[in-house]
Amino acid sequence: MNNFLVRINEILIGGNRYKLLLSGLGVTVQVTFFSAIIGVFLGLILALMKLGDKSKGILRFPYIFASAFIDVIRGTPSVVQLLIIYHIVFRQVKGMPAVFIAIIAFSINSSAYVAEIFRGGILAVDYGQTEAGTSLGLSKFQTMRYIVIPQALKNAFPSLANEFIVLMKETAIVGYIALQDLTKAGDFIISRTYNAFIPLITVAIIYFTIIKILTKLFNAFEGRLRKSDLR
Amino acid sequence: MIYADNLKKNFGNIEVLKGITEHIAKGEVVAVIGPSGSGKSTFLRCLNLLEEPTSGKIIIDGDEITRKGADINTLRQKMGMVFQQFNLFPHLTVMDNITLAPIRLKKLTVSQAQERAYSLLKRVGLLEKAGSYPIQLSGGQKQRIAIARSLAMSPEIMLFDEPTSALDPEMVGEVLDVMKSLATEGMTMVVVTHEMGFAADAADRVVFMDDGLIAETGTPHQIFQNPQNCRTQSFLSKVR
Repeated sequence: MNNFLVRINEILIGGNRYKLLLSGLGVTVQVTFFSAIIGVFLGLILALMKLGDKSKGILRFPYIFASAFIDVIRGTPSVVQLLIIYHIVFRQVKGMPAVFIAIIAFSINSSAYVAEIFRGGILAVDYGQTEAGTSLGLSKFQTMRYIVIPQALKNAFPSLANEFIVLMKETAIVGYIALQDLTKAGDFIISRTYNAFIPLITVAIIYFTIIKILTKLFNAFEGRLRKSDLR
Repeated sequence: MIYADNLKKNFGNIEVLKGITEHIAKGEVVAVIGPSGSGKSTFLRCLNLLEEPTSGKIIIDGDEITRKGADINTLRQKMGMVFQQFNLFPHLTVMDNITLAPIRLKKLTVSQAQERAYSLLKRVGLLEKAGSYPIQLSGGQKQRIAIARSLAMSPEIMLFDEPTSALDPEMVGEVLDVMKSLATEGMTMVVVTHEMGFAADAADRVVFMDDGLIAETGTPHQIFQNPQNCRTQSFLSKVR
C-alpha cells in the first residue's frame, strides 16, 4: 500500500504533472460550458424553425433548413465534425486558438440534439395552452415566450441536463486537434511515466466527480422548477 | 354586435358548419345547445377565429374580422373565452394567470392589474387563492379563475365552450352562479352548454344546432316548452 502511494506521488506530483491535469480540466470545463450555452441558444432557434410552417412556398425554408441541418449533424460522428471544422473550415485562418474551434464544433453538434429536446418539450405542452394565450389577445410570439416555452423548458430540463453531461464526456476527443484537455493530459502523463493505471484512473475519477456534482446541482434545480407541480 | 353570415367550416372532407347565419345583439345571452358533433363548439371557436372559417363572414361591432389582414389579436382582447378544460397556465400562480395578458398587452400597469385581479378574485369568491398554483385548485375553482382571467381583459363579449362539462356535478353550480351574475350585468355571452337548466334560466335566447346548421332559435320558453322543429323535439326528449 505504501508502495502504491509512493508511485502516485512519483507519477502525479513528480514533475508537477498534476498541474497538467488541472489545466486539462480547465480546458474541458471551458469547452463544455461555452458549447452548452451556445448550443442551447442555437438549439432553441432550430427547434422553433422546425416547428414552424411546413406547408407553403418560401415560408417552408426555415423548416427545411433546420431539418436538414439536424439530419447532417446527427448523422455524422462528432470527431469527424471537429476535424472538418479544424482542417477544412478554419484551414486558412492562422492563429485561431484550438479552444475556439472546439467550442464552435461542439456548439454546432450540441445544438442539433438540443433542438430535438426542445421540440419534444414544446410539443408536450397541451395545445389548449396556446389557445388560451391567443384567446386573451396575446400574439403568437408572446404566447410562445410567456406560456409555452417556460413549460417546455420544464419538460425538457432532464434531457437537457443529460445532454450537458454527454457533451462534457464527448469533449474528450479534442485531443484530435491538439488541444490538451483532461483526457489528453492523462495520455501525456502515460507517455512520460510509462504508467497507464494511475493517470487513467485519476482522469476517470475527476470526470466522475465533476459529473456527480453536476447531477446533484441539476436535481436541486429541477426540484425548484417543479414547484408549481406540488400540491 | 356579432353577426355571422353563411359561415361554413370544413375539416378535410367533412363539412362541420354548413352555413350559419346568426345575429347576436349587445347584452344578449345566447345558449347554444344541440347533440354532439352538431358543430356548436366549432361555431363558437370560429367567432374568435380559433378556427378559421372556410367561407362566410363574421362581423363584430361593424368590423369584418374574416377579411384578410384583420387585426385578430386586438379583436381577441375584446372577446374573452372560457374552455371546457380550463386551460389555466400551470406554471404560474393564480395572480400571474390573471395579470399576464393585461400587463403584457400594456392594458394595465402591474399594480393596476393586481388590483383588478383582486377585485375579480373577490367576485368569483376565490380571494384567498391568489398565490396558489392551478394544480392546488378543484375543477370548479379552476374554471372560476379561468373566467376571472378572461374578465381581466375587460372583454365586451364572453364565449363559453362547455364550461361545466369537465366538472364534477357538485361543482357545476358554483361556475354557473358566476356566469349568471355576469349575464345579469349585461355581458354579451355565447354559451355552448349541455346545462339545460342554465339555458332555460339565464339565457335570453336559445339556439338549437343540428348537423352543422341552426335548426331552431327562440326564447328559452319557446324552445323548451314548445319546440317546432322535430329534431329539437327529439333532442329535448332525450336530455330531459
